[in-house]
Amino acid sequence: MYAPEFEYHRAATVAEAIQLLSSNEDAKLIAGGHSLLPLLKLRLARPSVLVDIGRISELKGITISDGTVRIGALTTHWEISSSHDLEHACGIMAEAAGGIGDTQVRNRGTIGGNVVHADPASDWPTVLTALGAKFNIQGAGGSTRTVEPGDFFVGPLTTTLGEQEVLTSIEAPTLGHHQRAEYAKMAHPASGFAVVGAAVVVTVEGDVCTAARIAVGGLVPVPVRMTSVETALVGKALNQENIAEAASHASNDLQGEILGDFFASAEYRKAMAEVEIRHALFHATEVSHH
Amino acid sequence: MTKLGGTPTMTTRIFGSGIRRREDPRLMTGQADYTDDIRLRGMVHAAILRSPHAHAKINSIDTSAARNAPGVLAVYTGADTDGVLNPIPCAWLPPDSDIKAVDHPAMAVDTVRYVGDAVAVVVAESRYQAEDALELINVDYSALPSVVNPQAAMASGAPQLHEDAPNNQAFHWVVAGGDADAAFAAAAGDPQNHVVVSENIVQQRLIPNAMEPRSAVASWQSAMGELTLWSTSQNPHIVRFLCSLVTGIGEHKIRVIAVDVGGGFGSKVAMYADEMLATFCTMQLGRPVKWTATRSEGYMSTIHGRDHVQQVEMAATKDGKITGLRATVYAGMGAYLSTAGPGVPTILHGLMYSGPYEIPNVKGDIFGVFTNTTPVDAYRGAGRPEATFLLERMIELLAAELDIDPVEMRRRNLIQPFEDGHDVSTGLTYDSGNYQGTLDLALQHVDYPALRKEQTELRSQGQYMGIAVSTYCEICGLGPSQVAGAVGFGGGLWESAIVRFYATGKVNVFVGTSPHGQGEETTFAQIVSDELGVPVEDIEIIHGDTDITPMGWGTYGSRTTVVGGAAVVLSARKIKEKGKALAAHLLEAAEEDIEYEDGKFFVRGSPDQNKTIQDIALMANVAWNMPEGMEPGLEATTFYDPPNFSYPFGAHVAVVSVDADNGHIVLQRYVAVDDCGPQINPVIVEGQVHGGVVQGAGQALWEGVVYDDNGQLLTGSMLDYALPKAHLLPNIEVLSTVTPSPHNPLGVKGIGETGSIASTVTIYNAVIDALKPLGITKLEMPLSSQRVWQAIQQAKGA
Amino acid sequence: MLLVHFLREELGLTGTKIGCDTSQCGACVVSMNGSTVKSCTCLAVQADGAEIATIEGLANGSELHPMQEAFWDNHGLQCGYCTAGMIMTAVEMLERNPHPSSDEVRAGLEGNLCRCTGYQNIVKSILAAAEKMDGHAHNDETGGHAHHDH
Repeated sequence: MYAPEFEYHRAATVAEAIQLLSSNEDAKLIAGGHSLLPLLKLRLARPSVLVDIGRISELKGITISDGTVRIGALTTHWEISSSHDLEHACGIMAEAAGGIGDTQVRNRGTIGGNVVHADPASDWPTVLTALGAKFNIQGAGGSTRTVEPGDFFVGPLTTTLGEQEVLTSIEAPTLGHHQRAEYAKMAHPASGFAVVGAAVVVTVEGDVCTAARIAVGGLVPVPVRMTSVETALVGKALNQENIAEAASHASNDLQGEILGDFFASAEYRKAMAEVEIRHALFHATEVSHH
Repeated sequence: MTKLGGTPTMTTRIFGSGIRRREDPRLMTGQADYTDDIRLRGMVHAAILRSPHAHAKINSIDTSAARNAPGVLAVYTGADTDGVLNPIPCAWLPPDSDIKAVDHPAMAVDTVRYVGDAVAVVVAESRYQAEDALELINVDYSALPSVVNPQAAMASGAPQLHEDAPNNQAFHWVVAGGDADAAFAAAAGDPQNHVVVSENIVQQRLIPNAMEPRSAVASWQSAMGELTLWSTSQNPHIVRFLCSLVTGIGEHKIRVIAVDVGGGFGSKVAMYADEMLATFCTMQLGRPVKWTATRSEGYMSTIHGRDHVQQVEMAATKDGKITGLRATVYAGMGAYLSTAGPGVPTILHGLMYSGPYEIPNVKGDIFGVFTNTTPVDAYRGAGRPEATFLLERMIELLAAELDIDPVEMRRRNLIQPFEDGHDVSTGLTYDSGNYQGTLDLALQHVDYPALRKEQTELRSQGQYMGIAVSTYCEICGLGPSQVAGAVGFGGGLWESAIVRFYATGKVNVFVGTSPHGQGEETTFAQIVSDELGVPVEDIEIIHGDTDITPMGWGTYGSRTTVVGGAAVVLSARKIKEKGKALAAHLLEAAEEDIEYEDGKFFVRGSPDQNKTIQDIALMANVAWNMPEGMEPGLEATTFYDPPNFSYPFGAHVAVVSVDADNGHIVLQRYVAVDDCGPQINPVIVEGQVHGGVVQGAGQALWEGVVYDDNGQLLTGSMLDYALPKAHLLPNIEVLSTVTPSPHNPLGVKGIGETGSIASTVTIYNAVIDALKPLGITKLEMPLSSQRVWQAIQQAKGA
Repeated sequence: MLLVHFLREELGLTGTKIGCDTSQCGACVVSMNGSTVKSCTCLAVQADGAEIATIEGLANGSELHPMQEAFWDNHGLQCGYCTAGMIMTAVEMLERNPHPSSDEVRAGLEGNLCRCTGYQNIVKSILAAAEKMDGHAHNDETGGHAHHDH
């Protein structure tokens, strides 16, 4: 509730932010503050220096061109969920953003802050993994690099982002005419975080699935691609039976560590991964499951 | 656009009218003063270091670094308060129960007994500085084994909390009526005609979660030897009383203020160590000291509720007449006995084992048990939800066993309607009841046969819909004081009210009880307005300041309107009597010829010859022309001690659906039919029912304290402890019947707790009903998706 | 220092409440540059130069905001502790969606906890306000606003 003392700097540009990170050993970036401030208040994080990048305008906004959605790291969940352009270009992003936290969290919280926090229970890592997004990163001396989610998320609260790097934007492909995407989650009744989240992106021609990218999160340290489910789905008609059959392969892809707690055990979460994948596919393809 | 303070014109009788609340304008505009909003000149801030161990010896405490930290004025430990502050008292010691009122020091001296036990307090210029300094205190602990489950704590070999309480037994209290053992022996001896069902029930521990965290501002004026204590309390006069016992300050030198309090639900009944630490600090430092709990701190240090392990059996004849009930209950008390803690699973629980039914033979063995956990005390319903759960669950099991419809099962055992007194086997005399009336209305409202038909249809489609109906009654309106004394309550249970008219005809009503969200600033004004014809906007209710208000025992047990409201109306009636005498004098008529109606005193047969209540108030206050021997002033005081408790009752219906895929429960419908007697303000009554039902739903579906085996609180914040949220709830359908209490001047029975009494078990039974096709008969609460899903998996596998 | 502490301790605007320490309860909701935030999850310094509206600024003198009026009419509060945050949230809710359904209102309250009302009369209040405010945009962004620099 009462954060410890820290020094505060406000950066005007990304370069300045990187400069501040370089010159202060345990400096931390803050934008919307919805990942860092709760830790600060509980005194679980104690950076001596906070670098506020919240007002760097070059990091804000949504642009859609040439089949790519580019979202500045400081774009808030609310801006994403309320973007009509985005709803048309990549509806799953708007929809997922609209289900994060609550109104105030969405008003302040940013997609970049969420992604670099790498909380296993948050929604963006799962959705962006299924979408095959790319993370644009800027480092010291103006260097830039682009990383895919699979190479970015290492473990709970751990990424490959360097201490002197800033995530500047996230890119995702727009969804084509034949593509359907959906994110389904079981939310924790207290925190609202994902106990299990499943994101599906499928290409449908006629009624046959010709391609699929499916990821789950919440129950795993980092989002996991459901390749067995994808394989089982491709080439099949998207009906109730085939969806259920494909989803039943989920456990094949969940051989690594599964998270569990008193509210939801690993066993339960694993079973729910299959259920949420099914729900996401049903909703994406508008197949009724009753 | 309405102006602040405006009130709709009275067109109908004000008693019974759903007028807008008079306290709302200040609450809606940020102008209310809750305790944490208080700012005093020179005020400093306290922060409390709490034990991270459930049970440990304190070897040493090093506070030197903290003392030297920026802004710090002082650091105190148990060594400083020991012998200066008396132990925090438990004020409810049920007789004949071998109760062990172990010492509860304000700060731990050599042993900590739960995570959250206070170990040191830092006072600094700002709360931030106090928190920084807390981290510099070094406590050397030797951890001791701990126990959190009340039944396990009584087993041999369990870690012991207090030397004076062998086997951690705080008390053993017995309720008995008829001959339960004989009834069960008879049932066992005649299995052809009898049936016995038994069940182990866990009433999980809950966190009350008033939205306002506890807070205290203590200000000591050394020159006068006077203490002012702003406190988040449901009963400021009791706080003054107990504060005097703990600090040794004369009761007449203590002023406790609790005007705007952000909810309590029982959690602000207790006297807490923390408020006394703030008091200690201000007395040491001579500066006002504020302490406010953070939410997570409150989760450790504010009382919890429920925490029963119950072993229950019920016997009945094969035609569904209940012949006996036996229960053994292990009630967790936490590490120390909280103020009213022992009264909750005994008087407020065991005495209600007959519920609304004729149960001729009842026996309950109630064990209060010390565990290495936060102390347990009254939480909305306090003992009665646990009793209602037990009864309604057992009746449901009987109905299933005998294949009788659960509604019919209840009908066969309900007490027949009565208007003035009915004795039950536990020794209580209920005031009035028409249990069939509420049940009939509830069934008619939901169209019970149609619901069952819908259920059958859905079941044939493989879907899980559940229906449950409960009937309940509860004990409310706590007094009488004589009974309070007899059952070991360390105080009275009467209430008081002063009705004071000023020369201008405006009225202040000073009441001893202290509402904190229940709306009595409105309903008490309605009572006075109804009685004396004064517009409601001319009446102001004053409460929550012990220097201004007469003595009263506070708001809990749905007693403020019942007992306090009675004091108000009786004072108003005294005013009326004096008004009559004065009017007779002024109108030069005989007093027996004076009639009163709608705020006017007039000579019978000549309504034009009259004096308004305002005329009377003016004359009484200026006293220019008073009858011989009549005192000036228009003011009346009543100390009202009720002759009996009140017994609200009702019938509730829940409809749920369960998704077998993931175990999700959706509460589809909830219908509450309650009878609290005449309703002073039906809108407020409805609001109380909504809130109560949802809190009870919280226990059934989402809420529950989790400690690990080492006594660490895993549900330590709102991130983990799930409170009911708006999107998870349906609109509650609220109906009522009106059966006046024969002994209360207003006929009222109380409505603050009814919702929470019946809703937990009604929703629970509905979920079990939904899962009936799978043969599931029992689940652990809260009914989380995982638990439901696991039960379904198990049932399908079997 | 958190924004909520700045408002309460430095400016004496105690209408904004603190009900939790994990950004769950919503008692501290204020409006910042026109959108609601939990002021317990925002540093005061991050609000530097921003326009903050608190519950104290909602009524125009003794004239209540229609949302306050609706809460009063519909018994949308009991102890009052969650009310400031509820009302601030509700005002923004209707700005974004002037005609919400009952389910939308309930969903919109996900970040605001109330222990007294069971939410029912809060939902009723917001729906009533929506009806009342329909076509009558309330333009009183005056009074009680805190501008601060440091």
